Amino acid sequence: MWQWFHKLGSPKWFFGIAGRLMPWLGWSALIVLTVGVVWGLLFAPADYQQGDSYRIIFIHVPSAYLGQSLYVAMAVAGVVGLVWRMKMADTFIASATAVGAAMTFLALLTGAVWGKPTWGTWWVWDARLTSMLLLLFLYLGVMALRGAMEDPDVRARASAILVIVGVVNIPIIKYSVEWWNTLHQPATIKVTEAPSMPASMWVPLLICLLGFHLLVAWLILWRMRNDILLRERRARWVRDWVLAQ
Amino acid sequence: MRSEPRVPVSFQEQEGGGWLRAAVETVRREWLIAFRNRQDLINPLVFFVLIVSLFPLGVSPEPEFLRQAGPGIIWVAALLSILLSLNLLFRNDYADGHLEQWVLSPQPLALLALARVGAVWVTTVLPLVLLVPVLAVMLHLRPGTGLVLVLTLLAGTPVLVLVGAIGAALTVSLRGSGVLLVLIMTPFYVPVLIFGTGAVTAAVEGASITGHLALLGAMLSLAVVLAPLAIAGALRISVSNG
Repeated sequence: MWQWFHKLGSPKWFFGIAGRLMPWLGWSALIVLTVGVVWGLLFAPADYQQGDSYRIIFIHVPSAYLGQSLYVAMAVAGVVGLVWRMKMADTFIASATAVGAAMTFLALLTGAVWGKPTWGTWWVWDARLTSMLLLLFLYLGVMALRGAMEDPDVRARASAILVIVGVVNIPIIKYSVEWWNTLHQPATIKVTEAPSMPASMWVPLLICLLGFHLLVAWLILWRMRNDILLRERRARWVRDWVLAQ
Repeated sequence: MRSEPRVPVSFQEQEGGGWLRAAVETVRREWLIAFRNRQDLINPLVFFVLIVSLFPLGVSPEPEFLRQAGPGIIWVAALLSILLSLNLLFRNDYADGHLEQWVLSPQPLALLALARVGAVWVTTVLPLVLLVPVLAVMLHLRPGTGLVLVLTLLAGTPVLVLVGAIGAALTVSLRGSGVLLVLIMTPFYVPVLIFGTGAVTAAVEGASITGHLALLGAMLSLAVVLAPLAIAGALRISVSNG
């Protein structure tokens, strides 16, 4: 276990293993997502209340889920980076920030598209929508801080601290926003009061969720490999690898 | 050139001990600096009043609107002016090498940071809170509402300063980090804003405000315990930047 952990800290080893994993992840993401999306959008039964507009959940739910969980994953990487000074932890944070922000944005966008026909409005200051918007701002803050810093070591530690402070605050932000909403307007609209879905709906949703995870893993590994090449551009093995291409 | 009082870092001589003395010296130094650079004390106050006075001009001078929106306007203006003044929190100390002495001193950095932030709250934020009754009259708030507003600001603004100081410590070594600080810290301010204005709304509607105040107090105690550690960590990183 610890040997594996030490290996994980080596950019060269990680670069190699990520290169071998990526084709598997990429192709399986493509296949699983195609199956899930086609099943969800074309073959799953329409909702008796919302008709076809509910089908956006096959994109919306996975992206919202990943938008939130990636931030937590970044915080874990931040702790690992601060405690063990592992280079790969910062590479992960660098790569996951943009992907997480993109997922959060996608969740907001698909939510708005779904909200228009269902609620009759693109946006409401609902608890869930607002906390997702704030999550997007948290991601943008991490990106802004990283963009402003030049020294890689300082950047790594500073963004780790910011991400950890963020993850401590996420529950506070989430609950305060929820309370704010219920204080001001008694819930007129339930955003995702999980209806008891039939299997013909939740099975494709589960497949889409798996597909999104594979896609995100592939994207992050891809970005991490680029980040490693950029960081280690003076190392000999990078030059050999580039020349071999 | 600004006249900066040269307070010797005398507490370094006492190995490890003298925590209280170190904290008191930090506070004293902060106050001396604050009262010798009076313009820095006045600027956030003017900014605060300016922001508040833009709303009647820009939206509506109707007393009914102002009574409704007033608490929110004052809270947002206070939040912005705190963020603005926090940008300077560690700036001069970083420039003149004072932060390095802090990091090297045997007393815990988190304690010094807490003393520093406390002193800053008293010198720059407390005057702002004291101005609020005047603004409350200008925005046609009822006397009771103004009082609750002052109470929530007293409980909430220390959290803003403590949390914002983490961002200030992270960005102190960066040039032109004013907008950056606002960008990374504003999401963290949302809970305080919600409960601060929530208490005022509850008071206007005749409901009890103790719940809101208790939550603000909970956030304050959490911030007092945890934020200094994060500030200290961030300061170490910024100083090691060289």
